[in-house]
Amino acid sequence: MLHIDQPEDRGGPAQPLVIARGLAKYFPLKRGLFGSGGAVKAVDGLDLEIKKGETLAIVGESGCGKSTVSRLLMGLIPPTAGEVLFDGELVGSAALPAKEYLRQVQMVFQDSYASLNPRLSIEESIAFPPMVHGLGRTEAVERAHDLLDAVGLAPGLFAGRYPHELSGGQRQRINIARALALRPRLIILDEPVSALDKSVEAQVLNLLMDLKEQFGLTYLFISHDLNVVHHVADRVLVMYLGRAAEIGPVESIFAAPGHPYTRGLLASRLSMDPTKRRKTPPLTGDPPNPVNPPPGCRFNTRCPIAEPVCSNSQPNLAAIGHTIHALGHEAACWALVPGSGHSLATRKVA
Amino acid sequence: MTEIATVSSGLVAPRRILKPRRASYWRAVGRRLLRDRVTMVCLGILAVMALAMIFAPLLGLYDPLQGSMIRRLKPVGTPGHILGTDELGRDMLTRLIYGGRLSWFVGITPVAIAFVVGGALGITAGYAGGRINMAIMRITDVFYAFPSVLLAVAISGALGPGIGNAIIAMTMVFIPMMIRISESVTTSTRNLDYVEAARSTGASALTVVRVHVLPNVLGSIFVYATTLVSVSMILASGLSFIGLGVKPPEPEWGLMLNTLRTAIYTQPLLATLPGLGIFVTSLCFNMASDGLRAAMDVRA
Repeated sequence: MLHIDQPEDRGGPAQPLVIARGLAKYFPLKRGLFGSGGAVKAVDGLDLEIKKGETLAIVGESGCGKSTVSRLLMGLIPPTAGEVLFDGELVGSAALPAKEYLRQVQMVFQDSYASLNPRLSIEESIAFPPMVHGLGRTEAVERAHDLLDAVGLAPGLFAGRYPHELSGGQRQRINIARALALRPRLIILDEPVSALDKSVEAQVLNLLMDLKEQFGLTYLFISHDLNVVHHVADRVLVMYLGRAAEIGPVESIFAAPGHPYTRGLLASRLSMDPTKRRKTPPLTGDPPNPVNPPPGCRFNTRCPIAEPVCSNSQPNLAAIGHTIHALGHEAACWALVPGSGHSLATRKVA
Repeated sequence: MTEIATVSSGLVAPRRILKPRRASYWRAVGRRLLRDRVTMVCLGILAVMALAMIFAPLLGLYDPLQGSMIRRLKPVGTPGHILGTDELGRDMLTRLIYGGRLSWFVGITPVAIAFVVGGALGITAGYAGGRINMAIMRITDVFYAFPSVLLAVAISGALGPGIGNAIIAMTMVFIPMMIRISESVTTSTRNLDYVEAARSTGASALTVVRVHVLPNVLGSIFVYATTLVSVSMILASGLSFIGLGVKPPEPEWGLMLNTLRTAIYTQPLLATLPGLGIFVTSLCFNMASDGLRAAMDVRA
């Protein structure tokens, strides 16, 4: 029973919970019998740090690699390149075998219905993960009932029910309870509320925030809803075509976005204020094909301030913040790098 | 006061409805089946046939092999022989019931074996994916390249006539079909979020398949298998008809159809009876599996 409780913090609060280095996932395209026809570069050289106790949000358009990142971190698909360190230990090494790592990282999926086995009752679904890790059936069911209580569903009413008898919000609460069943340290939330009604969405978000406090969790929150991200995140990672465009504290990103893509995303939010409505869309077109990403900066084909330098070489994340609130605010844009040759870059020489 | 009383009773009532319960999935399926009249009629006909075959020796019938030269080809409705007699003067009703025993046996056995073997291989291929899937499915394709009747006749012909060989031949025909259907349902199930969630707990492949995949794919595989029973019975009758299955004088519907073929101009109704047996059984199996499929599609 002891080994199924939340493991001890090993590296201390300063050690990031997750460090991903050069993470990449290419999905090979099959073209004919012989020879491969290239690959979809879903994630292409992503560096990532998740600090202990924070909520890191990943935002971006569909197809930018958000979900691939979550599946890579969950070990559901093997990475093409790169490595993941969890609390300072390399995942898959002797110090942290894959099964032990998977116990500490759990996931809540977007589709609350598809993520519950229709043939298992609620308590069986929640009790399954602890039983996999050796907890007896009675204890596992007991834990399932405690967790149902924790997510605000009366165990007496819901334990014996089946997924199709519940509403979307109730099902998502059950998915959250199941993710908590192994007492993980990191929970990956892959668009956990985007399929829910607005009123239910708020309830589930508040529940997630409460549980984070109660269970000492760290969240990786994947979403395309910027308002939700603004509400829940501590830091935000903006992804474009498999790479990081910008990362930084949520307030700094929302107040002073550095990357033109982030500016476009923020401007595309709907406003309740009629005077703030835009006539022209802030971003036009679709992201380019991830099989053949454009040379240089991947955003240059849609960027309003693109210049020749942008299609020549690829910018890396560089610090752009100058105030204490913007500490750790980084963007990958030549217009922000003095001496890069971009005409807008000169005025920011520090 | 009365108003307060109604309000409080209104608060109590829902709690009784929401009482914890374990509504089993299969119980719900059973309830839906009972409401489906067509399926119930078909199951009823099949049950009557099955009971008649099981208790055939107790029904006071004639000897299915004992003929009589003076009572040949009596029409339907002859006193003492309700369904007439065949070309050797054997009672038709007796032979139909005893023939059904064999017809059902050679119809159901290959499907049952194929259900187990093909289902296991298909689920393995579907869940494992990659090279294992490739190996199993390409071998399956080889069998698929032949028309099923031709394949059955070829295997059965190579092995020689006889019930055992006919069953082996038909099993070989049905295994690729079962593999293909179970592979496709498993592949689509394996990518569902709940299977991914189960895998992400670190559970072994065997545990994930047993708890999360099997209960969700077995139903559709089973329904497909029941539709194959009718195909199998027709195929078995076909093999007997051309002399590769059951050998005379053993009664079997396909074989009876063949031997009565010559009487089609003198006693057309009599010659139709074994075919009618095959027809009704296949139809009922098909309709029942259709009803089962509908009843198992419980979503709300």
